[in-house]
Amino acid sequence: MKNYLYIILLPVWIVFYLNLAAIADFLVYDLIQLEPEKHLTESIWFFIYEVPKVMLLLVLIVFAVGVIRSWFSPEKTRKALEGKSLFAGNVMASGLGILTPFCSCSAIPLFLGFVEAGIPLGVTFSFLIAAPLINEVALILLAGLFGWKVAVIYVITGLSIAVFAGFILEKLKLQRYVAEWVFSVKSNQTGVIEETFNFNDRLNAGLESVKEIVGKIWIYVLVGIAVGAGAHGYVPEDYLASIMGEGNWYAVPLAILLGIPLYSNAAGIIPIVSVLMEKGVTLGTALAFMMSVIGLSLPEIIILKKVLKWQLITIFIVVVATGITLVGFLFNLINI
Amino acid sequence: MEIKVLGTGCPKCKKLEQQVNDAVVEMGIEANIEKVEDIFKIMQYGVMRTPGLVINEKVVLSGRLPKSSELKEFLTN
Repeated sequence: MKNYLYIILLPVWIVFYLNLAAIADFLVYDLIQLEPEKHLTESIWFFIYEVPKVMLLLVLIVFAVGVIRSWFSPEKTRKALEGKSLFAGNVMASGLGILTPFCSCSAIPLFLGFVEAGIPLGVTFSFLIAAPLINEVALILLAGLFGWKVAVIYVITGLSIAVFAGFILEKLKLQRYVAEWVFSVKSNQTGVIEETFNFNDRLNAGLESVKEIVGKIWIYVLVGIAVGAGAHGYVPEDYLASIMGEGNWYAVPLAILLGIPLYSNAAGIIPIVSVLMEKGVTLGTALAFMMSVIGLSLPEIIILKKVLKWQLITIFIVVVATGITLVGFLFNLINI
Repeated sequence: MEIKVLGTGCPKCKKLEQQVNDAVVEMGIEANIEKVEDIFKIMQYGVMRTPGLVINEKVVLSGRLPKSSELKEFLTN
């Protein structure tokens, strides 16, 4: 895409975004002429307002993250983390986990590359926890459906889990539970040439990630908002509320336990989260469930099994699950 | 020409192998294409992001799929 097109598109984006409520009003009350203040009308209005809003936010943020990530690579991240002291290393690794392009299918080469460079195990874990757990798509969907406050707390608590879980894992001195062959890997570190990007390449990288991510998840977004719209203005049923609702301390650990074997991308899990909340599950419990599904997944555990012994995998799951449990309790307690 | 596609089996790795196969046929190049799935061997190339593309023992690309024009350029040099 030509550079000037981006400059034209931005004001168009802003005009649309600022007038979404007016557009929804026009469509619902003037064009289809639905009766105001009815549940069905409210639901339809919510849907017509939220879908373009979330889509616009998704396109913009995924684009921006795609552009920003073109400055980062696992190779650079590894270099940045080499020789960092423990706690600072954990903080940096967690932050870089969000910004470095990463796919869980590359978890092993990345793990090996980090270990070979002498990066402490706990710092490596901070990276591996943060990378899937804090996700820009989940951030936007949470903001769209539950408000920015929830989205910001999600990022802050997610980062805290990655930092502290990594720190604790390092303190436990678990090197002996890493498969022996890992330490014998010798790679040709000069093998990979750093790609040079000009500004146009970076914009293209943003466009590519919009195509790839939004192209894959738009359907989940529609379903998620449709469910949210269905719930809009209705009193929560107490179907699930009796087991997972307020006042049950075991709701959070139960949700996390249920979430581990499930695997889904961040966009796929949001519709489920909105269904759960419609059924009376509290926000903390629903968020803990979401974090458990995207942050602790069985496929990733199976991949990591190649390089880690089962003792370490178990400790890893327990530490991260404990972190998520605390976040769940915290959310339930502050009751947003 | 020795071409190696590095990848443990992620969807993009399979796609890259397919792309390379197609490009080689289309351009009529004499090439030996090998899919490297052993993580130990992949690491020896210093690649931390799959898929990786190695031509004549040199890593030309890692972590993404090439555009078809880009791939042809790799194969002609």
